[in-house]
Amino acid sequence: MTEPRDIHAYLAEFEDIPGTRVFTAKRARQGYHLNQFAMSLMKPENRARFKADEAAYLDEWPLTGAQKKAVLARDYNALLDEGGNIYFMAKIFSTDGKSFLQAVGTMTGMTPEDYQAMMIAGGRSPQGQRSKKEQR
Amino acid sequence: MARLTAGLTTSHIPAVGAAMDLGKTGEDYWQPVFAGYDWTRQWETAQKPDVVVLVYNDHASAFDMKVIPTFAIGCADSFPIADEGWGPRPVPVVEGHADLAWHIAQSCILDEFDMTIINEMAVDHGLTVPLSLIFGQVAKWPVKVIPVAVNVVTYPPPTGNRCWLLGEAIARAVASYEEDLNVQIWGTGGMSHQLQGPRAGLINREWDTAFLDRLTADPEALRRMPHIEYLREAGSEGIELVMWLIMRGALGPKVRELHRHYHVPASNTAVGHIVLEPAP
Repeated sequence: MTEPRDIHAYLAEFEDIPGTRVFTAKRARQGYHLNQFAMSLMKPENRARFKADEAAYLDEWPLTGAQKKAVLARDYNALLDEGGNIYFMAKIFSTDGKSFLQAVGTMTGMTPEDYQAMMIAGGRSPQGQRSKKEQR
Repeated sequence: MARLTAGLTTSHIPAVGAAMDLGKTGEDYWQPVFAGYDWTRQWETAQKPDVVVLVYNDHASAFDMKVIPTFAIGCADSFPIADEGWGPRPVPVVEGHADLAWHIAQSCILDEFDMTIINEMAVDHGLTVPLSLIFGQVAKWPVKVIPVAVNVVTYPPPTGNRCWLLGEAIARAVASYEEDLNVQIWGTGGMSHQLQGPRAGLINREWDTAFLDRLTADPEALRRMPHIEYLREAGSEGIELVMWLIMRGALGPKVRELHRHYHVPASNTAVGHIVLEPAP
């Protein structure tokens, strides 16, 4: 019923999508502790400790310097580059009292107002956003 | 015997739940999102299902990176509401149907679907927002729910074909359950949306509409659609749509479309909702 798939070809195609990091095994491994740190913010007592001293809380986790820096800066593009997954990173922006709409918009280089306006106007067109190689 | 009588799909956007919880449904922004569910609420009042098999994905709530089940089935008597970082949603606890859930788990495993059995699990917006959309703000959910959680976060998620076949296996399991129960299956998530990177905010109305059309007109094409097409056309989080194929597979080769709703945007996402019943 199902023909076998070539995992290498399957993964390689993901690199062809503009402005997107697919959460592959490689990223899941790179970001394991980063994502588990974010997960710890599900508990109110951890959120309180994190808010009281972010750097000290981060030092309790085996994170790289780049990962810690990206958390402190709330640089979500950098966090994804460091292996973060958006649903885990959501625990950080929820702790900040920010919505998905507010946090996601910061990754586009647009102002919050412009991003919101784009969504109300129907969202970002897929035109030219499907494939780097084929420019379609 | 238990009967699988209908299926529906809906987006499960967290902001939609928040809009309901905070009493914002009448606002200009939200009104068109909710209006498309009025028909379904009426219809569901007449249908009175006993149990809903609710296919959804957990968003780093019950499952973290420690354990990543591809297909998990909730076999508990009840499921608490997850605290997703801002306190649990103010909605009723979700009551399970442990006996039918275990029956489905056992049947699927013998049918060569190696389900992960979950006995304790909090459920997040992926499961509760669809319940709120269809049943409104109630003191108690009027159905028992069997959660089926699918990994669509860490790659690779299951293929569309695998999801379809699981739907077929769930349907066979339901049909072999002795108690007379009216069972529905819901697929949730989608439609087009991307929550990350410079491409965030992607919406593809044309592709979403074709996807809705194909659920009745050409489900075989959906079944064979590779992940890369979802990612390119419907955004990175649009991959959730593979879960709709579990619902679609369960309803059999032919279905009739009863209702459809599509609206852009709710938060970052295209809202899609369709109600289907098996056709002879």
